[in-house]
Amino acid sequence: MSELLELQDLSVTYRTSEGPVPAVRDVSFTLPAGRSLGVAGESGCGKSTLAAAVLRLLPASATLGGRILLNGEDVLTMKFGRLRAVRWGAASIVFQGALHSLNPVQRVGDQIAEPILVHDRKATTGSARKRVAELLTQVGLPPRLASSYPHQMSGGQKQRVMIAMALACKPQLVIADEPTTALDVMVQAQVLDLLTSLVRELGLGLVIISHDLSVLGTTCDELMVMYAGRVVEHGPAREVLGQPTHPYTRALAAAFPTIGDPSSRFAPSGLPGDPPFPGDLPPGCPFHPRCPSAIEACSQRPVELEQVSPGRTAACLLVEARP
Amino acid sequence: MSETEVRESLMAATTSAVPVLEARGLSVRFRGRGGGVANAVDGVDLAIAPGEIVALAGESGCGKTTLARTLLGLVPPAQGEVRFQGKALKSSRRALRAYRRRVQLVLQDPTGSLNPRHTVYEAVAEGLRIHRVRGNEEQLVAEALSRAGLRPPERYFLRYPHELSGGQRQRVVIAGALVLQPEVLVADEPVSSLDASVRGEILALLLKLRDELGLSVLVVTHDLGLAWNIADRLAVMYLGRVVEVGPTEDVLRDPQHPYTRALLSVVPEIDQMEPMVLQGEPPDPTRIPSGCRFHPRCPSAVERCARDPLPVIPVGAGHTAACWFADPERRAFTDS
Repeated sequence: MSELLELQDLSVTYRTSEGPVPAVRDVSFTLPAGRSLGVAGESGCGKSTLAAAVLRLLPASATLGGRILLNGEDVLTMKFGRLRAVRWGAASIVFQGALHSLNPVQRVGDQIAEPILVHDRKATTGSARKRVAELLTQVGLPPRLASSYPHQMSGGQKQRVMIAMALACKPQLVIADEPTTALDVMVQAQVLDLLTSLVRELGLGLVIISHDLSVLGTTCDELMVMYAGRVVEHGPAREVLGQPTHPYTRALAAAFPTIGDPSSRFAPSGLPGDPPFPGDLPPGCPFHPRCPSAIEACSQRPVELEQVSPGRTAACLLVEARP
Repeated sequence: MSETEVRESLMAATTSAVPVLEARGLSVRFRGRGGGVANAVDGVDLAIAPGEIVALAGESGCGKTTLARTLLGLVPPAQGEVRFQGKALKSSRRALRAYRRRVQLVLQDPTGSLNPRHTVYEAVAEGLRIHRVRGNEEQLVAEALSRAGLRPPERYFLRYPHELSGGQRQRVVIAGALVLQPEVLVADEPVSSLDASVRGEILALLLKLRDELGLSVLVVTHDLGLAWNIADRLAVMYLGRVVEVGPTEDVLRDPQHPYTRALLSVVPEIDQMEPMVLQGEPPDPTRIPSGCRFHPRCPSAVERCARDPLPVIPVGAGHTAACWFADPERRAFTDS
């Protein structure tokens, strides 16, 4: 069976005035239809670059290596016309800061209709309007909101409009970059509920990118943690969040406390230091300068992603050393 | 003294002392476009003791930011009063100016709060210049920066915001507040725009400032995990009113108001409670429902909830909730 999305050793390097900056290094994963993958990491870890790379939306200064297979077809070698059809049609992105991505002077219904009219030659204004009403219902909004302007809507409603737009051309893959950042908890829960129900009902493949491990852990089937452009841990979401093996994952997981757990009461947990500049990584494991459990070998030996248990991998010397 | 002992002695002191900052029967109204009046804050009583961290939680639009702004003297109340160190806040320009030095604000987005063309030194010294504080400016700025965890401070003097990480920028904003040696810090979502790894660091800083300087902090947030991490007390707001308030442990471990329970149930955690996702947005503050204002969205509402005006009911030591079901006696009454 072919996978919906498969990344093989994807790397992305930006050319800058200070030399090449590798933002993503050797990332591989597969995502079947009807499943969801969460990608977590700090700002600058390459997670948004990864999302944009899937649809080749990166600036010209980016060089890509490896392969991105969408339904078995390599996105990196597609001709532009084919790529244009694939964007929206086969895969779409809900961008970060979606709340500001809507055109403030156009009714949201027209904005949702735009990709339909552009991508489906048979679509008429009338059929597009019908589809917009369908989409709004699908994301839990009353169809009459099609005639509203973005400023008349709340943050949660705007985020739903963005999701409706992403679904407009019936893609098989949806990538959501920080879909709930800046939304409050109740609306976040509503949006995450919506995304998971879409995966279940439409059999979509879903990639969610976020810095909030707890959101990903409870929404996605699988979880991938990135640090300095590399995958440091990957496995079933609940397991990775519940029993993290990589010290970095552990630090991220501890940042969001379990309410009622006495060990986190008056003891917020953070991770000191800043992530390294991707163009100038420390030798050995790139995480070792910030790692609370680093040993001497960590600064000398490079680390590879190794299997920890069936279905789980991690890139840490201390994890490898386990029997 | 150990850290816990310091905290306990502070707590003991706070229970008897006069609140440093207090809202008494505070209401704020805004005139809507259609001539309607929005009751953004509707009769709030809330007190913050010296050296206490109070979290104010609720959905967007519940009035928590308006309440914080009113406490800062930025919005005039329609009714009730803001009291600082036991005295009602006067609305004269001069009184407000002195007051704003002692109660400082830290905003959500540090990038937006800092002028990109000002160095860190200028950003921190600005408050000193506005309030014409005497003394060695350089020394005061250096002290504030190192209190905020930017050490050695001299290394940061000439940096611009774009050269700093998000966490460092938030520390600069906090240093800018600390330099005026305030009694109270009002922090509006201080970590929600920061990375998970930085979040804990900034929260630890707020705890440390309380322990070392005896600073009181009001944290406005929608993140109940944050309240669990640092707050002594938690107040939950819904549609302009505080619906539940009490010691953080009591409110989060044994929530009495259905709204608090709903908020708690949607916090993403591994051993999640059965999520109780409330549908729809918080209702319109220009049309507050009769009876209990939460009843249209409440899963356990009964007939009387829509009808009878609701008092705030004590449910434990320092723990109150605005819900008929929170009171054991009345619960028996409604069941029968």
